[in-house]
Amino acid sequence: MPFSGEEDVEVYSTDVEEFIMDLEPAEFAKKAICSNFFNLSILRCSTSTHRSCCHFSVYSKKSILATFFFNLFKLFGVKSWTHLKGIILCVYSSKMALAFLRGIHLNPSMVYPSSYFSRKHGVLYCCMRSAQTQTVTQEKEQTKLKVSTQSQPKAVDKFLKDFEAVIGIETHVQLSTLTKAFCSCPYNYGSPPNTSVCPVCMGLPGALPVLNSKVIECAVRVGLALNCKLSLNSKFDRKQYFYPDLPKGYQISQFDIPVCSGGYLDVDLPLEYGGGHRKFGITRVHMEEDAGKLLHTDGGNYSQERTPPSHLNILVLATFPPPLFQITYSCIHQMHHIVMFMAVDFAGVDLLGSVMQVDLNRAGVPLLEIVSEPDMRTGIEAAEYAAELQRLVRYLGVSNGNMQEGSLRCDVNISVRPIGQLAFGTKVEIKNLNSFSSMSRAIDYEISRQVQLHNQGQVEQIVQETRLWEEGAQKTVTMRKKEGLADYRYFPEPDLPGVTLTEEYVDSIRESLPELPEDKRRRYEKMGLSMQDVLFLANDINVAEFFDATLSGGADIKLAANWIMGDIAAYMKNGKVTISEIKLTPQELGELIASIKDGTISGKIGKEILFELIAKGGTVKGLIKEKDLVQIVDSAEIEKMVDKVIADNPKQLEQYRGGKTKLQGFFAGQVMKESKGKANPKLLNKILLEKLNAKS
Amino acid sequence: MLSSIHTPRLLRFSNLKSLKCLSTSQSQPTPLPSTTPPPHSQILTTRKSLLSREISAVDLATTFLHRLNHTEPKIKSFLYISDVVLKEAEEIDRKIAANEEVGPLVGVLIGVKDNICTCDMPSTAGSKILENYKPPFDATVVGNVKECGGIVVGKTNMDEFGMGSTTEGSAYQVTANPWDLSRVPGGSSGGSAAAVSARQCMVSLGSDTGGSVRQPASFCGVVGLKPTYGRVSRYGLMAYASSLDVIGCFGSSVADAGILLHAISGHDKFDATSSKREVPDFASQFVASDHLDSKPLKGLRVGLIRETIEDGVDLEVISSIRGAASHLEELGCTVTEVSLPSFSLGLPAYYILASSESSSNLSRYDGVRYGKQVVADELNSLYGESRAGGFGSEVKMRILMGTYGLSAGYYDAYYKRAQQVRTLVRESFRAALDENDILISPAAPSAAYKIGEKKNDPLSMYAGDIMTVNVNLAGLPALVLPCGFVDNKSVALPVGIQMIGAAFEEEKLLKVGHIFEQTLQGCSFIPPLVADELPC
Repeated sequence: MPFSGEEDVEVYSTDVEEFIMDLEPAEFAKKAICSNFFNLSILRCSTSTHRSCCHFSVYSKKSILATFFFNLFKLFGVKSWTHLKGIILCVYSSKMALAFLRGIHLNPSMVYPSSYFSRKHGVLYCCMRSAQTQTVTQEKEQTKLKVSTQSQPKAVDKFLKDFEAVIGIETHVQLSTLTKAFCSCPYNYGSPPNTSVCPVCMGLPGALPVLNSKVIECAVRVGLALNCKLSLNSKFDRKQYFYPDLPKGYQISQFDIPVCSGGYLDVDLPLEYGGGHRKFGITRVHMEEDAGKLLHTDGGNYSQERTPPSHLNILVLATFPPPLFQITYSCIHQMHHIVMFMAVDFAGVDLLGSVMQVDLNRAGVPLLEIVSEPDMRTGIEAAEYAAELQRLVRYLGVSNGNMQEGSLRCDVNISVRPIGQLAFGTKVEIKNLNSFSSMSRAIDYEISRQVQLHNQGQVEQIVQETRLWEEGAQKTVTMRKKEGLADYRYFPEPDLPGVTLTEEYVDSIRESLPELPEDKRRRYEKMGLSMQDVLFLANDINVAEFFDATLSGGADIKLAANWIMGDIAAYMKNGKVTISEIKLTPQELGELIASIKDGTISGKIGKEILFELIAKGGTVKGLIKEKDLVQIVDSAEIEKMVDKVIADNPKQLEQYRGGKTKLQGFFAGQVMKESKGKANPKLLNKILLEKLNAKS
Repeated sequence: MLSSIHTPRLLRFSNLKSLKCLSTSQSQPTPLPSTTPPPHSQILTTRKSLLSREISAVDLATTFLHRLNHTEPKIKSFLYISDVVLKEAEEIDRKIAANEEVGPLVGVLIGVKDNICTCDMPSTAGSKILENYKPPFDATVVGNVKECGGIVVGKTNMDEFGMGSTTEGSAYQVTANPWDLSRVPGGSSGGSAAAVSARQCMVSLGSDTGGSVRQPASFCGVVGLKPTYGRVSRYGLMAYASSLDVIGCFGSSVADAGILLHAISGHDKFDATSSKREVPDFASQFVASDHLDSKPLKGLRVGLIRETIEDGVDLEVISSIRGAASHLEELGCTVTEVSLPSFSLGLPAYYILASSESSSNLSRYDGVRYGKQVVADELNSLYGESRAGGFGSEVKMRILMGTYGLSAGYYDAYYKRAQQVRTLVRESFRAALDENDILISPAAPSAAYKIGEKKNDPLSMYAGDIMTVNVNLAGLPALVLPCGFVDNKSVALPVGIQMIGAAFEEEKLLKVGHIFEQTLQGCSFIPPLVADELPC
């Protein structure tokens, strides 16, 4: 319970006509009866069976609710809402919730709506009985599971050997087109709710979709990169289901003729997981539109503005206790009011604690759904498949592939079977995987859960369901059980003409494809780089491009790789910057490498310049000149410095000649200091040795 | 002069025939002295009199508003009447006075069906679920007519979401047929048809999914034009069945319907199904009747669809159509009977496809973002109760039928088969239109029937769509214009002929329709109710 003030009041109702009030503490109830504050007829009063409160059965009509409500606050000695402290009204029926709110709204003695429910003064809160019981059972279920999984963790490992997991992944890739799939709204992650909407993506009556041709281009690029067969004649279909984040009541998607099908993806597993190359099958790639988002607000993050829209009906509908809150919506009669969706539930209904609101910014954003074959066997394989997809879409420039922002969303289907068995086990879907590592951990957890159930002879407890990965608890929990197959009643979208691709179009896109990660890795491998280097360099398209550009200037392969993976990578890691943000250009890195190689500057100086170049930019030549850093290769000059150092340090010379030859390092250092680091180290050492050993 | 219209029974088709026999027996036809001149274009007349300063737009609008206010209590064709008509008329007068350029629909008073979005007026599609809903945008067609100088008078009544053939399916009111107030105006665009028929506005926009423009045009004795699918943008038309819906025009003359069509036609980047074909200048077809030669339609091949004049069709309707056919012959056409073998399959296929699409199109009315919302305990009841309370029974029935037809296991038997029938229908029309320039048929199997007569008999109401649904399945253009009357005990009721053309050949239909209308003598299609009040 989020707001448990000292003066909690719970008001329950079983239906509109009957309100049963549970007043806490009981004194209030007695007081209420004695002082006869209620203009309602109190028909029944009994000792509570529920949380030791009193029960009132009050038969009432909606019309007198305002008075009821008003009197309720009189009861607390509250003169206005602004004096209210921590009150929670729990309403079983949302009908009653609405009745309450209407009552408040209509009551002229109340102050301006925005102050009614503001959090520091008081909170109105609505709930339903049904949801409450549901939560309780769910909690019980979770506790049970916890016990069972913790009981024998080691035994699981032993049994895992006898089982094989079968994993398939559905990935949704959000395309970074300038505008949405079927309208001209831009989409930017993180914009204030409902600021990027129009009649089309809001599903207003009469609005029609028009396909953004960039979506097809992206689909074809991805399809080609995944080695898929393209359907030259495909179409859009409607997938129908009701959900508040789906404005039209159907999603425009592709059903029986996906734009691409039957491809594969090459993956190189990282060395720390044993390495190796894998080829995972791609079943299909199809285009569809994203849905909106349901926002769970905890106190009006979005509600700077509190002016109520003019025509407003509210429905307060929340479950109790959190976090299973359902939904509040509003009726919006005019388009410009939709902008106030964020503040929609005027009066701070969004301050009720947690309510759900619909943000339609994301509705209509183009997605590609990429479905893999069930080819993965471990969490690592699955995570690497996803990572490779991310790499691919970034290489192709079709998506930013950002998992945290939801631009790349993976749903994993997973089943286990005893090794040797051909039939698949019952599959379970896992959602809410926000990173590759959580993906890998979630899968491993799920595998052990299922294997354990197998071993306990409780295979029947593995049911087809959707489970949620809980990062905090590091486990999966039931989200919803599937009641048979959902019937989405697909049929061809009549508002959009079929999608026809010509061979020429496909060819032109094929020609424009960049070098893909797999090709890059194979090329780097052939160049003689180690697998570790290959994986590092090809991992990030920007790094790879930087590397390639450095090489194209003629730089040495191994040196360039070392500089990038060494000092540059370290700098990026410390400063949390990307390679495109640093000021160093590939040309200058090439120049730097060349200058060291030809002896113009020493390696040590090179490193110093590098950091300067990364942080401030400039050219190698300019810096060398500006700072006078050219290596001293003139032996006469070095000899002079050596002589000076030897002359300045007679004690050490004596010790050296007395056999403490380790002091050579000291002399070398002094000379280097004298030369301000510019002396050619080889020459310096040669001359120094000659001099030191000369008179012995 | 118009007093004789009080007894339209005397001007029935049989009379006309005898009159015409007289006229065609002479080698040089001379215009007969007639009490009923052919309909003139209100749009062209308005433009002429406004530009010549004969009358002001405000005066014109006042006349119409006066008649509207006078007749509306009886007819109830409007769900909303604009309160800015006179203001807009003033603006037009100002423009004319300043010699500013004005569009082709200048000063024209237009009724708009309530399922076409208008941003300053409620648009409910005749449904409670959208009560008080004001769209934030104008439908493309509404934008077009406004740009052309038209004045939107108000929103006309309709069967909820276009589902019905009587306008009794409106959640708000029942519209009466101006010819006989106890009869239906047809539907679903009944309000638009009745409004033009009662001269409450000059022209109106309707929508036609299975005959919703043509059948009410026939019932109300006005011209109704259903353009080719794709000719007119559907953006802003609340979808019933997206692959069948078209926005159509009503007028009191073919010329008016044609000029209005021209104003709203053309590609729209907001509707991916709108055609990029060029829109011909339909107005060039409207030659004045005195410029016509004796056989103005010489050589035109007309196919009379046999299946539309068989059993189940009112005999008087058949005789009207045969009369119209012989009139076409007199104008020089060759009329032959043609058979469309798949004709009878069209009706069931239509009801499956339209219901299936509507079950999907109406999903968006969930009470979440706009429209009627019911307070509910949980999500499913929010949806269920909002929709249960917001939709009328006919709509619910069609959603159920459509949901059934698209369900797993039934899709192949219903939706898919209906699509196959649709292909057959399209092909049989193509074959018939290869042999003929146009096809003709009645627009409905009967004249207007009594209010309530078919209310509890949906199948019989659906059967009334037999003449029109095939045209929607094939996506073809069709023009309905009044061609005669059927006798009725107290009043005569108009009958319309449907002329069907090949895709995007509205031009041809308008030409034939115009000549037909201008040469059809002895009939006046102004209902007695309003005939008195009309200025000469």
